[in-house]
Amino acid sequence: MVKKTITDFTIKSSTRLSETYALLKLTPADGSEVTPAMPGQFVQVAVPDAPHTFLRRPISVNFIDRSDNTLWLLVRNAGEGTSRLCSLKAGEHLNIILPLGNGFSIPEAEGDFRRLLLVGGGVGVAPLLFLGQALAESGREPEFLLGARSRADLLELDEFERFGKVHLSTDDGSAGVHGVVTQHPVMHDPGISRIYCCGPAPMMKAVAAIAREREVECEVSLENMMACGLGACLCCVENTVRGNVCVCTEGPVFNIKQLTWQ
Amino acid sequence: MAVDLTTRIGSLTLKNPVLTASGTFGYGEEFSDFIDLDRLGGFIIKGTTLHAREGNPYPRMAETPSGMLNAVGLQNKGIDYMIEHIYPRIKSAGSEIIVNVSGASPEDYAEVCRRIAERTDIKAVEINISCPNVKQGGMAFGTTTSGAAAVTRAVRAAFPGVVIVKLSPNVTDITEIARAAEAEGADAVSLINTLMGMAVDVERQRPCLSTVTGGLSGPAVRPVAVRMVWQTAKAVKIPVIGLGGIMDGRDALEFILAGASAVEIGTANFIDPQTTVKVIDYISDYCQRHGVDNVSDLVGVI
Ligand SMILES: Cc1cc2nc3c(=O)[nH]c(=O)nc-3n(C[C@H](O)[C@H](O)[C@H](O)COP(=O)(O)OP(=O)(O)OC[C@H]3O[C@@H](n4cnc5c(N)ncnc54)[C@H](O)[C@@H]3O)c2cc1C
Ligand SMILES: Cc1cc2nc3c(=O)[nH]c(=O)nc-3n(C[C@H](O)[C@H](O)[C@H](O)COP(=O)(O)O)c2cc1C
Ligand code: FES
Repeated sequence: MVKKTITDFTIKSSTRLSETYALLKLTPADGSEVTPAMPGQFVQVAVPDAPHTFLRRPISVNFIDRSDNTLWLLVRNAGEGTSRLCSLKAGEHLNIILPLGNGFSIPEAEGDFRRLLLVGGGVGVAPLLFLGQALAESGREPEFLLGARSRADLLELDEFERFGKVHLSTDDGSAGVHGVVTQHPVMHDPGISRIYCCGPAPMMKAVAAIAREREVECEVSLENMMACGLGACLCCVENTVRGNVCVCTEGPVFNIKQLTWQ
Repeated sequence: MAVDLTTRIGSLTLKNPVLTASGTFGYGEEFSDFIDLDRLGGFIIKGTTLHAREGNPYPRMAETPSGMLNAVGLQNKGIDYMIEHIYPRIKSAGSEIIVNVSGASPEDYAEVCRRIAERTDIKAVEINISCPNVKQGGMAFGTTTSGAAAVTRAVRAAFPGVVIVKLSPNVTDITEIARAAEAEGADAVSLINTLMGMAVDVERQRPCLSTVTGGLSGPAVRPVAVRMVWQTAKAVKIPVIGLGGIMDGRDALEFILAGASAVEIGTANFIDPQTTVKVIDYISDYCQRHGVDNVSDLVGVI
């Protein structure tokens, strides 16, 4: 297991992707290499100058770009802490603990070219970019199904297209299929052999229900509220077939067979 | 000249006065990537009960101004699991391990302590008579002198090592509970456990926690904790261990000057997992700066 580090990062760039989303690219302030992480793992960010934000904020690893040694965080403005993160400027610093959590499982079998569908909604697309790259690099062909409220909220499309085919759905029909991700035909395509999903809980539950019905392997990434992110406080638990387990250490990624929600 | 940070709690000698607060430091292992555990005075592990407990349903945590509410409810796998599976992994950490013990009856507490005494080399237990998050026992024992006395008596008879009784701040006069524990043979008292609190999600018009109420920790509670440590240190002869909202070395010194022989670091571990070692370094520097040879000379100067 990679040793966890507490690293001061410098913001190289901060890009507003839409009204509510920003993409931060960070590099370690001391010039060291970004601590390696696996797709699906997350980091704990200390939010500077946000008086009501006492705890760190968990944010997924969106991408690690080895070519310029940057860690990418895709942030949705959901409250004081994330609003502050979205407003940070290049040159500012962020203190981050990483890497945390378990990450998605990459199918073992060599030459297994069955189709893998990565389903993301809203900011839930964040960990799927890094996963898409890992799958593509291991010789598989990931396909993405990305859902958002409208075209303006579809994030990092050009990045996703580097690693696989991209399917879209929007609530208002401004791009791709009109409706939610579960209404997209690719969700029901019998060629899909495995689904990875991250997004709002109702979306993940709906996707899990389809996967269960069709007996397709499915992993989801949960966003339970966290305090420590280290497995020390037991605040983030999810009820599973093995009882209450910490989402920050035994998750955030779970095979849906482990979960008790239907 | 090197500062002497050695701290005595009953028959226990700690290399420095900095401990970790139960429930905020796991079993120590969770922090080994960030600090050398052998630098700590000791670490107090998760609340442990006779039988396994699943704890309370999610959500168990709510962030509040300068603090947080928790309602974990003593989730743990029970004392036998701790002794068989966790203790072998952590016993060579190089710092004193102290087990935080909870129970639903004095006999429960005593039985857990008996097993610790018989099957481990652990020299000290911290008796949690103050958990606000469990229906039975827990805080009930910590809010009356008779309850505190009954649990302390039972544990004292079962455990030959150091017995620290952890007090609840959810009382009118904490000093009388401290005196009751002292009278029954406690070697030290630690305070404070969390303050009972509540937060409401106004949009959803529901409580933030599944249990409605929970325990408040973090810097929000610190002035209350310092006051209670100061009062208690004047009321008892046994050492007082202070905690509640310590975020850095300066905060720790507030407690020491107010009468605490040692301190515990809790919620701060979530924000900076290296808080403990930074506090140790700060105390050492502070002593040097103030020409103090021995940290114990600072205890209770106020
Ligand atoms: C493993 C994990 C990965 C995540 N990845 C990302 C990511 O890549 N990008 C991103 O923008 N967000 C991500 N989140 C969600 C993010 O952590 C929360 O949006 C953030 O903590 C809210 O903080 P705030 O101060 O902005 O809002 P607050 O004012 O604290 O709260 C605003 C709203 O967000 C909710 N909220 C608070 N904390 C969390 C939380 N931990 N999880 C979910 N909702 C929360 C509150 O209930 C409230 O409704 C992730 C969460 C987890 C657990
Ligand atoms: C998540 C969490 C879990 C806790 N679990 C326990 C416990 O099992 N036993 C106990 O005696 N105190 C427990 N406490 C209380 C702390 O040990 C400490 O008394 C309290 O948090 C105040 O200190 P702080 O402000 O430094 O955190 C817990 C606190 C938190 C935040
Ligand atoms: S957030 Fe503390 S155990 Fe998961």
